[in-house]
Amino acid sequence: MDIVGVLPLDVAGAVIVLWLALGLLGLALQHSPHLITNVIFPLGAIVSLALAATGLWALGVDASYAILPMGLPDLPFHLRLDPLSAFFLILLSGASFGVSLFSAGYFKSMQGNTLGLLCLEYHLFLASMALVLLADDAYMFMVAWETMALSSYFLVTTDHHVPDIRKAGFLYLLIAHVGAIGILLSFGVMQGGHGIGAYTFAAMREAHLSAFWSSVAFLLALFGFGAKAGLLPLHVWLPEAHPAAPSPVSALMSGIMLKTAIYGILRVTFDLLSVQQWWWGVLALALGLMTAIFGVMFAAVQGDMKRLLAYSSIENIGLLLVGIGLTIIFHVYGKNALAALSLTATLYHSLNHAFFKCLLFIGTGSILHATGERNMGRMGGLIHHMPWVAVLMLVGVLSISGLPPFNGFVSEWLLLQAFLLSPGLPNTYINMLIPVAAAVIALAAALAAYVMVKFYGIIFLGQPRGEAREHAHDAGIWERIGLSWLAFGCVVLGLAPVYVVRQLDLVTHVLVGRGLGNAAAGWLFLAPVDIERASYSPVYFLLAVLGVMLVTALVVHYFYHGRLRRGPAWDCGFPEQTSRMQDTAEGFGQPIRRIFEPFFRIESELPSAFDTHPRYHGRSDDRIWFALYLPIKSITEKLSSLASLLQHGRIHLYLTYTFVTLVVLLAFV
Amino acid sequence: MTYTIQIINMLASMLLLIAFAMLSQRRILSLINLFAWQGLVLSLSTFVVAYSTDQHHLYYSAGLTLLLKVLVLPWLLHRLIRKLNVRWDVETLINIPTTMLVGIGLVIFAFNLAAPISQLSESITRGLIGIALASVLLSLLMMLTRRKAVPQVVGFLAMENGLFFAATSATHGMPLVVELGIALDVLVATFIFGIFFFQIRETFDSLDISNMEKLKDD
Repeated sequence: MDIVGVLPLDVAGAVIVLWLALGLLGLALQHSPHLITNVIFPLGAIVSLALAATGLWALGVDASYAILPMGLPDLPFHLRLDPLSAFFLILLSGASFGVSLFSAGYFKSMQGNTLGLLCLEYHLFLASMALVLLADDAYMFMVAWETMALSSYFLVTTDHHVPDIRKAGFLYLLIAHVGAIGILLSFGVMQGGHGIGAYTFAAMREAHLSAFWSSVAFLLALFGFGAKAGLLPLHVWLPEAHPAAPSPVSALMSGIMLKTAIYGILRVTFDLLSVQQWWWGVLALALGLMTAIFGVMFAAVQGDMKRLLAYSSIENIGLLLVGIGLTIIFHVYGKNALAALSLTATLYHSLNHAFFKCLLFIGTGSILHATGERNMGRMGGLIHHMPWVAVLMLVGVLSISGLPPFNGFVSEWLLLQAFLLSPGLPNTYINMLIPVAAAVIALAAALAAYVMVKFYGIIFLGQPRGEAREHAHDAGIWERIGLSWLAFGCVVLGLAPVYVVRQLDLVTHVLVGRGLGNAAAGWLFLAPVDIERASYSPVYFLLAVLGVMLVTALVVHYFYHGRLRRGPAWDCGFPEQTSRMQDTAEGFGQPIRRIFEPFFRIESELPSAFDTHPRYHGRSDDRIWFALYLPIKSITEKLSSLASLLQHGRIHLYLTYTFVTLVVLLAFV
Repeated sequence: MTYTIQIINMLASMLLLIAFAMLSQRRILSLINLFAWQGLVLSLSTFVVAYSTDQHHLYYSAGLTLLLKVLVLPWLLHRLIRKLNVRWDVETLINIPTTMLVGIGLVIFAFNLAAPISQLSESITRGLIGIALASVLLSLLMMLTRRKAVPQVVGFLAMENGLFFAATSATHGMPLVVELGIALDVLVATFIFGIFFFQIRETFDSLDISNMEKLKDD
């Protein structure tokens, strides 16, 4: 597959340069916004497609390296494209293709100068994510990582005249930087003072750290990447930043940027650190479970559709971390077949999440444009006004709920298979823990489906809950193409698991030393371990479902008289029916709110029974915000007020400080 | 050889003397003139060191010092004062005799401190590190005790003179690149200070920096 000396890395580099060029071109074209939306964004999408092809190509060949003639003197940038990077590049480009096409339609009503800047930041964001995946030294990685954080910060604060959005952006920036410090320190530990050349990943792979120091490096990396991914105590920025950002940006951040953090954890744990400890896996597993349950619980009680999706992203990140934790445990105990299974599930789920979460987020963008509303409590019945969006989002909703034959089912099934096959580990405690963990995963998956029923049902079904919703319009042509691509991805990933797993084997070979393989012959059945034990064939499943539906339809058609009539729904004998009587978003979340009451911080005011104008008000807040973040904030404020005691605003005093310091240092040092 | 050492020693003592003179000076114009004189002395001493040690790049340093610190910077400062119309007397925070006493203490401190350092140096001018350090400290003291912005800037520039002298005397100068950089920095700093003066005066109608306390947020 070697095309006259051109390596996949060269093509990937060219793609990054093209993205940057398109961004700059967008900035230059800010006086003709039509060109930006109709030319630049689709071109960016085509570039994405080229990157996806490159990624597929790079999966099958050896890692390629490059040293860029850039960077500081004596500290050049190193790039490397190995199967792990290639897989995440496919994820990035596959999902961003759809999002870019969607953006071409979504941003068309935006003003020229804002649009020009947005176009630059958007493509810079894509390019920096690709660079994060390609970086082969700590320096390049951090530069790309920070570029990613900053460009996404500016994207989040596109509507910066709204104070809440500025606040959300600041919170995001703050946590992103706290995380970046963690990552930087982790690289510092792995570099271990081996001199100036040791900042490359190649040198870190060679450095054999003691168990203590590699644990420190792992914990710092987990903290740093966890802050980006939205791991439990560091998740607070997600539900703020995602609703604040324009929908395609939320899609990129949730679907793709969170995965760069997963990539970072995988890269550090399985590639840079040569030896793992079993308790890392337990820690990751426990954190992941907590994050998953927490995310899905909070998603259930949200009324804002984008906040709901943000919490759902937290849940999915939790599932991914569970997969990573399981992989670490299996890998440490030498059960590499199982490690390959859980790693495959993790990677597969990353890819799936990228597709369906991007689909759902840009779908909310279309709804937002059509109705001007983010609160689900004022929607309803949109399926009549927006049939395209409704059908395509149904695919996303079914995928994220983990229903066959869509893609979400495959990865969650693989993950549960990994759990079910786990007995037999040499550690009794882990053996006891794992069934519990599997039960929690099942609970989270079921709750996720519940959340999605709420999401879809409240938005698209029933009667409109507000007058303005009557003239909602369907998505434009670019938006439909973008949505269709992502929905198509969800279907294909669901129907061709055998092919996908075969590609993923190339990645797991690199990380845990072997692939999952397929116990069943042929392309119809996926059997992770043994055909006798468990196997899954989405194609047969789909055919069976379609067959049953067809038979039912025929039977009904045959026995029933076949005349269609539309009449009012039965009103239970109640004299008057209004759309206010439907189940609301709050009402749908109520059972969860009651069952998991201790986890929420609920403020609600109930009207008295005799109130003629009853008003109900309820809020469920995150306890972690009040228990962890507010104390940190007040401590910081106290410390900074202590520091301000030194500040008198008099230059002479400052000079005196300098003078005294100088004299003291001269005298004693 | 001995002559050159004598000359350098004499120039060094003149440098210290000028530093004291600046510390005691009450008039802004004379202060700037003193600064120009200090630059001239510095330039001469660099020239002599260059001649005695036969180091070419020190000639450039000497020329640069002459150009910048004797001609350009004093001219800039004079122009600034004319424009700002601030030819008033210098006001001090601590009275001048006390300042001088503190200054003497600093010189003794600096000499004490420099004694072990100069043992390490092998250059002919190693005895002068103490003087250089003393003039740095004296300039800092001047910045501390002046109330108005212009003398503080002169103090800052004089401090740089002391540093430069330390560099020449201890190690026969820094690499030329570094010196060029520092020279440029000083020039730019003067420009920026000039802009600041205008801003400060516009805001407070005065160049008295104690007004800047108002900027502090409580």
